[in-house]
Amino acid sequence: MFEAIVITIATAATPLLIAAMGELVVERSGVLNLGVEGMMIMGAVTGFSVAYMTGSPWLGVLAAIVVGALFSLLFGFLTLTLVTNQVATGLALTLLGLGLSGMIGESFVGLPGVKMGTVNVPYLSELPYVGRLLFGQDPIFYISIALTIGVSWFLFYTKAGLTLRSVGDNHASAHALGIRVIAIRYMAIMFGGACAGLAGGYLALVYVPQWVEGMSAGRGWIALALVVFASWRPGRVLAGAYLFGAVSIGQLHAQALGWPIPSQLLSALPYLATIIVLVLISRNKRLTMVNTPASLGQPFVPDR
Amino acid sequence: MKKYLLALAASAAILLPGAASAQDKTKACFIYVGPIGDFGYSYQHHQGLLDAQKHFGDKLETAYLESVPEGADAERAIERFARSGCDIIFATSFGFMDATNKIAGRFPDIKFEHATGYKREHPNVATYNSKFHEGRYVQGVIAASLSEKGVAGYIASFPIPEVVMGINAFVLGAQSVNPDFKVKVVWANTWFDAGKEADAAKALIDQGVDIITQHTDSTAPIQVASERGIKAFGQATDMIKFGPETQLTSIIDDWGPYYIERIGKVMDGTWEQQDVWGGMKEGHVVMAPYTNMPDDVKKLAEETEAKIKSGEFNPYTGPINKQDGTQWLADGEVAEDGFLLGLNFYVEGVDDQLPQ
Repeated sequence: MFEAIVITIATAATPLLIAAMGELVVERSGVLNLGVEGMMIMGAVTGFSVAYMTGSPWLGVLAAIVVGALFSLLFGFLTLTLVTNQVATGLALTLLGLGLSGMIGESFVGLPGVKMGTVNVPYLSELPYVGRLLFGQDPIFYISIALTIGVSWFLFYTKAGLTLRSVGDNHASAHALGIRVIAIRYMAIMFGGACAGLAGGYLALVYVPQWVEGMSAGRGWIALALVVFASWRPGRVLAGAYLFGAVSIGQLHAQALGWPIPSQLLSALPYLATIIVLVLISRNKRLTMVNTPASLGQPFVPDR
Repeated sequence: MKKYLLALAASAAILLPGAASAQDKTKACFIYVGPIGDFGYSYQHHQGLLDAQKHFGDKLETAYLESVPEGADAERAIERFARSGCDIIFATSFGFMDATNKIAGRFPDIKFEHATGYKREHPNVATYNSKFHEGRYVQGVIAASLSEKGVAGYIASFPIPEVVMGINAFVLGAQSVNPDFKVKVVWANTWFDAGKEADAAKALIDQGVDIITQHTDSTAPIQVASERGIKAFGQATDMIKFGPETQLTSIIDDWGPYYIERIGKVMDGTWEQQDVWGGMKEGHVVMAPYTNMPDDVKKLAEETEAKIKSGEFNPYTGPINKQDGTQWLADGEVAEDGFLLGLNFYVEGVDDQLPQ
């Protein structure tokens, strides 16, 4: 039972982690994209429909990633090239995504989907307690962990990562140094879109193999909040996503066990606990300031 | 300024003939709490709209708003419809109750129909509901007959009378077969969140239930049950496709006949305020085919359904005790509809504390 619970937690945390990791890179480059929810749901509808038509969940995942990235390109074009307001454009992207996905997905409502199977490493996945946890989960779970390590390594141990962070911290200086601010931001936004698309694909192909309108149910917003409360650190995003997942699942178990705590309070607990813990670990103000991208959300127009 | 006035006058001129020509066509408007693509509660209401449209053809114009949150937005949505020439507005969720009554007071010429509520503050507000709990009683009978562990999991949405009524009916049905039957309740605090409903189902299964039933609207729980190899009941619509070897039956909400009847009454001017609570007898509540169960259980379920349908048996017939063991209904006493619609306590045997 313990193992089953932990796997359920991992399933709940994975889409949040993937979407948040993408948004973290976007925000580190100085762009605030509030369209995560919209890109996620576009990924979900694409992932579901492609997998349904081809019968291959992998093609579905691939399509979800591509569509997420393409959809984010719209945001990139508006905010970077046409220099529109990032907050308003991001919100518009979310609204557009929610509506458009409903329209695209109309004919897929009520159809049972294709579920991505789990990886089963022979012998190892049969180990007691940790076997299925470490060696028998869905492939995207492993991708999400690799993604966290990869983003962390990229941002803090590579030159490209340093360049990206410099763009996010002071785009004018970066530009003066000859760094192509707009090009880097385009790439960051597309990476974020691809991640949000993958997270959506995960929802429709692993979490619950079905398409229903609005199935992202606010997970994009939770991912956005995680990035901020984790003060733009990949490790903390991982901790936040799993904490949120753990409390979400834990409260359901508490209810099933019949604990005499009001269910409304229990439902609010994942949000409360995650915010409190992340605020506590980010209480070092200086460190938080160092990590906050200074140019976040500010428009950039190259002077020449 | 003059320009604006001209523009206003021009738009009024465009609008007016529209309003006049709308006279010969009746306009029915629907407000749904979820997306019509939820394949559950709102989907079924929308099927009702489509039935009505098919029935009346050109004589009827329809409009709908989906995913309207219960709260301030509902009021705006209803008002928007009221101003846009709707003759009858169906507000299809419990949480639209106060908003519906408030707007109805301001538009006395428009008919309002509120689903699953109990407030009719103005003569132009009618309420309608279905006795879903009749179906849940049958589900309880099936669950107790099939369950090896004697525990079922119940995924609930919000602690409102309709949901509490369903939980109680399920327990009463189960206890009629196995007096020791237990029900574990998990409140998802949402009508519709596939992921959360799946998580709730997983949590319940991990805690050892071997049958799942739900009063939330997505197909996720039945899919989880299917993966884990246990049985489950569908909700609001026939979900057999999502669990061909899992679904035992499903309570299907069939709103079509009611919508056709009420819109027809608006057309011939005989619409009157009323409070309708139709069940199996009226055809509002239909059970999906009984599947994945042995013949004797199927027979028992069909007999129970027939008894409720003929009016011979009411699930809320005493003796029934409240959760704390005190008597609620004496032997043979039947609960009044009005009381049930405000039901806010559990019957004996529910393993949960009702959120207040």
